[in-house]
Amino acid sequence: MTEDQLILTPNINGADDFYADLLTAHEGLSKAESDALNARLVLVLANHIGKRAILKQALAAAALKPGEDTA
Amino acid sequence: MNKIFEVPLYPYAHHADEDTAAPARRKVVVIGAGPVGLAAAIDLAQQGTEVVVLDDNDKVSFGSRAICFAKRPLEILDRLGCGQPMVDKGVQWNVGKVFFDDRQVYDFNLLPEDGHKRPAFINLQQYYFEEYLVKRVRELQEQGAPIEIRGRNKVSAIGTHPDHVTLEIDTPEGSYNLEADWLIACDGAGSPTRQMLGLDFVGRVFEDNFLIADVIMEADFPTERWFWFDPPFNKGQSALLHKQPDGVWRIDLQLGWDIDKEREKRPENVIPRLKAMLGEDVKFELEWVSIYTFQCRRMEQFRHGRVLFAGDSAHQVSPFGARGANSGVQDTDNLCWKLQLVIDGKAPESLLDSYDVERVHGADENILNSSRSTDFITPKSEMSRVLRDAVLDLSEHYEFARPLVNSGRLSVPCTYDGSPLNSADALDGPERTRPGSSCPDAPLGDGFLLDQLGGKFVLLTIDADAPDVIEEQGIEVTRLALSVKDDKTLALKDRYLGKHESGVYLIRPDQHVAARRPSFDENQFRHAIRRAIGKE
Repeated sequence: MTEDQLILTPNINGADDFYADLLTAHEGLSKAESDALNARLVLVLANHIGKRAILKQALAAAALKPGEDTA
Repeated sequence: MNKIFEVPLYPYAHHADEDTAAPARRKVVVIGAGPVGLAAAIDLAQQGTEVVVLDDNDKVSFGSRAICFAKRPLEILDRLGCGQPMVDKGVQWNVGKVFFDDRQVYDFNLLPEDGHKRPAFINLQQYYFEEYLVKRVRELQEQGAPIEIRGRNKVSAIGTHPDHVTLEIDTPEGSYNLEADWLIACDGAGSPTRQMLGLDFVGRVFEDNFLIADVIMEADFPTERWFWFDPPFNKGQSALLHKQPDGVWRIDLQLGWDIDKEREKRPENVIPRLKAMLGEDVKFELEWVSIYTFQCRRMEQFRHGRVLFAGDSAHQVSPFGARGANSGVQDTDNLCWKLQLVIDGKAPESLLDSYDVERVHGADENILNSSRSTDFITPKSEMSRVLRDAVLDLSEHYEFARPLVNSGRLSVPCTYDGSPLNSADALDGPERTRPGSSCPDAPLGDGFLLDQLGGKFVLLTIDADAPDVIEEQGIEVTRLALSVKDDKTLALKDRYLGKHESGVYLIRPDQHVAARRPSFDENQFRHAIRRAIGKE
């Protein structure tokens, strides 16, 4: 795997802990507030990743169209 | 033919204790002849301690109830002398399938680790589990062990004193009084003992109902665990299909909160639901139907003086992940050797407080895991459902999302990190065998490590010297001398030494690690023994 390749195999240590943190972040929010939180989270994570090539693959993966660039 | 759960297994019989002028005094009384109470009684009786089990009923559990028994409880049952019939009868499986909406999103193989005597778990109806335990009780009785079960003996009042407990017991022939040095309450989530003592039981209620059905069918479904999220036959809810012995299938259908339970339980309402799931042509017979709701909660403390709570009476979890009966058997595994040492005068009563510390830790871990599974299976907010469905959609295409799918996490033994009985880790060896861990099994020629450890304090040496026996404070610790050469698969080395050439482990009677070092050091191990019995 090269560093320009989106990781699609399990890569989070303590996946259950992460998921619980994610749900906790949304607890008590309205749907609109939750949507906004998710949007901010996407942008924060995208900035951390930084690489356009990876982000393009991620957009395709999230659209459930692997192998295609949606951007 | 009567079903096993319809036949009295320990019918009421008049006992001489009912006729004495002054109440008889027994060493240990256990309330509840379920999986946990029977395991406790067998454990104590095997060590020669007098134990009386009281149960308000005289039969094994009605319906299958607990059906998944994990590796660690099976290993404990081996020590209690009844693991083999359970494993022989139980169904083993490794493949699971996950369905979302109208399609299968992925399947998985548990690929259990090699080099263990027992499988990751078996499916077995609770009534068989209890039946085999009762058989073991009868076997011990024939050997003269001081153990008895008194059926239809319902405890109606409990008095607590600094050095004993008094019990008022109702039987079909009237009531009588009995005293016990120690009382172990294994009387289930609704524990009358807990209520009679006015003790707390707080936690979280999950607003949901599950229809649970045992179905007998000759069907071609493979021996796999099938779990559905939001299937067409149960829209917006979940479903589970799991095989048990004797062609009995367990089906769980989530029903939601606002339902009429009595109505939903009627066969004319259950059968169409099952046909929608199994297919119109599949022939089946209903053995048992029930509706359950659940809570995740525990008592603040499991020890109250001379009264000790174990199993569901002390802690209750959701059924996802098989952590009810499994954790209860681990409670008694933790408790009985300590109680035995206290009864024998070899350890201070305060050793029992470590039961509280260690098993509260275990209960919290189980509650955390089963609450998370429940939150995934039954999302409690709109966003929670959006995220859950996103995980399921992604899991169909990408491997990374599969560890996030949570339809129940396999019950594994809790490590007692930070327990007052542990000595500091002086080996820096594999993490899985650090002090507080339950010993992982390993193959040894024709046999297995855990069978050789047994149920006493053991000094396990691997390619290290040590005396054959150390006696400290009346505790005899015998050495089990092994070499990495004893196990050609190298599992023993991987699990106990890692990068080291040698290791010495002090192992407790419940097969948890108390201390470990690269080599034998008499002072340090004597210190560790004192610590492990609550004397430091």
